[in-house]
Amino acid sequence: MKQYRTHLLVCAGTGCVSSGAFALKDALEKEIAGRGLKDEVLVVTTGCNGFCERGPILIVHPDNIFYQRLTPADVPYLVEEHLLKGRPVPKHMYVPSAGIEPVPRMSDIDFFKHQRLIVLRNRGRIDPEKVEEYIAYDGYEALAKALTAMTPEAVVAEVTASGLRGRGGAGFPTGRKWALCRREKASPKYIICNGDEGDPGAFMDRSVLEADPHAVIEGMVIGAKAIGAAKGFVYIRDEYPLAVARMGIAIGQAKERGLLGENILGSGFDFDLEIVRGAGAFVSGEETALIASIEGQRAFPRQRPPYPAQQGLWGKPTVINNVETWANVASIIRRGAAWFSSLGTETSKGTKIFSLVGKIKNTGLVEVPMGIRLRDIIFGIGGGIPGGREFKAIQIGGPSGGCIPKDLLDLPVDYESLTQAGAMMGSGGMIVMDQDTCMVDIALYFLRFTQEESCGKCAPCRIGTRQMAEILARITAGEGSLEDIKKLETLALTVKQGSLCGLGQTAPNPVLSTLRYFREEYLAHISEKRCPARVCKNLITFFIEPEKCVGCLLCLKNCPANAISGERKKVHVIDQAACIKCGACFNVCPAKIQAVAKYTGEEGRALLDERPAPAEP
Amino acid sequence: MASGTIFPVRKKAAPSPGRTAAREVIGKYGGRKRAVIQVLQDLQERFRWLSVETLEAVALELDVPLAHVYSVATFYKSFSLEPRGRHICTVCMGTACHVRGGTAVLEHFERRLGIPAGQTSPGGEVTLERVNCLGACALAPLAVVDGRYYGQMNESKANEVLKPILAGRDAPPASDKGPVD
Repeated sequence: MKQYRTHLLVCAGTGCVSSGAFALKDALEKEIAGRGLKDEVLVVTTGCNGFCERGPILIVHPDNIFYQRLTPADVPYLVEEHLLKGRPVPKHMYVPSAGIEPVPRMSDIDFFKHQRLIVLRNRGRIDPEKVEEYIAYDGYEALAKALTAMTPEAVVAEVTASGLRGRGGAGFPTGRKWALCRREKASPKYIICNGDEGDPGAFMDRSVLEADPHAVIEGMVIGAKAIGAAKGFVYIRDEYPLAVARMGIAIGQAKERGLLGENILGSGFDFDLEIVRGAGAFVSGEETALIASIEGQRAFPRQRPPYPAQQGLWGKPTVINNVETWANVASIIRRGAAWFSSLGTETSKGTKIFSLVGKIKNTGLVEVPMGIRLRDIIFGIGGGIPGGREFKAIQIGGPSGGCIPKDLLDLPVDYESLTQAGAMMGSGGMIVMDQDTCMVDIALYFLRFTQEESCGKCAPCRIGTRQMAEILARITAGEGSLEDIKKLETLALTVKQGSLCGLGQTAPNPVLSTLRYFREEYLAHISEKRCPARVCKNLITFFIEPEKCVGCLLCLKNCPANAISGERKKVHVIDQAACIKCGACFNVCPAKIQAVAKYTGEEGRALLDERPAPAEP
Repeated sequence: MASGTIFPVRKKAAPSPGRTAAREVIGKYGGRKRAVIQVLQDLQERFRWLSVETLEAVALELDVPLAHVYSVATFYKSFSLEPRGRHICTVCMGTACHVRGGTAVLEHFERRLGIPAGQTSPGGEVTLERVNCLGACALAPLAVVDGRYYGQMNESKANEVLKPILAGRDAPPASDKGPVD
């Protein structure tokens, strides 16, 4: 293999690609060729680094220098300085906050420093479309070990001993699931990878499939050997075209190399893998619904037991695990159960990937040891809340999860603690909310989501979520009554108890957790017709502060309803009757002026009463 | 959705483009009945939507009841049983997008295009869709126009992206091509 003195690793995850990674790569290649560095420097496209917000990202190896938000225009200078003169360029480096020195090395950046990578170990360092690179980093070593040096029983025992639990939500012990399936007599048996990552706000499975598809394949072949399956399916959301494409390439390459297909690694073991694309139904993430979808049916969940491990795909024993779970398997087999279980807490072993998004400085994917405190994730890795705003809550576990308030920031992140706090591990979405996020509005958002996504099989879920959403809509409109809170609580219980699958059983969680920790916000909406976060349209009034307005015409020009009148250098006025409360004026008013204000409750209503007559046409 | 339509199954349908395409796509999946979802996806990619004729052709070629094909096509959200516009705008409504102002972005698209989410403009020029999460949450709020991803969306950025569509031209290139070529 040809050697290069420097590798330029261009991140090509979905985030970086949409902010211009390929244009950057082309510019780098052109510049390198133009400078005669073609034999010394190699440009490589890698999978997602997880720091998507900073894209496009470039990492220079072996120096481990991290560059962010590069454009093709930055390339000539960068190549000249760093690659020819050996001087890294500070202006493209990460700056933790204004006035602080840039951090050159990737491993010194807070966002990366506190992470512990098992599943994402290959992120940003290999080209996911080249199996050789995966192999170069110990890839398929575990497979060889499992196929040639271990019995299937020993593989199951190793996974059981590691304490690995399902990363898709409920946290069922993976080894136990495998053992259950292994015991079944019926054949054939099947293996499924659940890549129907539907939780809004979670994208680790997309990232793993895009950045390291072979890790998933390797895990699945090992699992297949352990339970005795000859056929497997990878079910991927239709919304993830890049993941589908990369998995397709990986399967092809694995087959070419004898790592998949017939007589794998000469061991006599056959296993074939097929991709099935989802078609846009959240409920297909539920395991029995997903199985129905692979069978070509509507994705309706069914009663359990029998569990899929006993009767799954086409009624045959089936092991179905989530993407992140599969991606853990090879490391466990390669490095041993003792190594894996040394990480994490008593009941939650290993690491977990979270997508840290919302009102947070460092947005992206983070892999951390189980048991880490929420505070360390939000402030240590995430860098806290931007714009000097105040942390209010963190929503964990998507539509099945809940909002955790400030008082619980020291909560360790493990399956049990999160559930006790009214949230859920779920797939690992963490949406940070600040003082400008309305908790009733968030509850409404999630209930509308589950109501739309309810498959309709169980009446309590189908009708109950609709009723709950309607009540919440009433409250956010300022038309709620105290009675409504009681109704919400009763309905929540009915939906939880009367639904067949996880979607319905957990759908009320966002309402229950916000009622538990943010009840006063509900009461403010109901009793004072006030939205403390100034979000709910019916309860807020936009107002231009006359003493602050400089008459720049910006808001006037951007108002889609033509509700603002005024002249250059004269104070602008909002016609409250015409205002549609879209917030455009609030958003465009320059940060140093901040003349547009939002009022709620009595203050807001007072402004309406004394509003000036609409300007003459 | 073509709700309330009762489809007559035409056994002796003349070879239509739909029928030929269906046969081709089904062949790719080895004629397996379980592949009905994949078959419909491929056909939708080709025709941009699923017509009554296409659904009939799939039922006949796969030898499954039309009711089954119809049940699948109406259950999953990716399928459109109505013609979609020449341009497709999708606004992400995931949680991260929601807390960063995704709803305002969607409303802005609705106002600019003059159609509510889920509909196609009368001339068939553009379809506005909302999606529950595209998994690119770090770019929130996010919109996708004709397959190109635009992160950190706001009103003025949206105006810029929509200008050519409203003027009947193609969308301007984003800073790069999206993940879908």
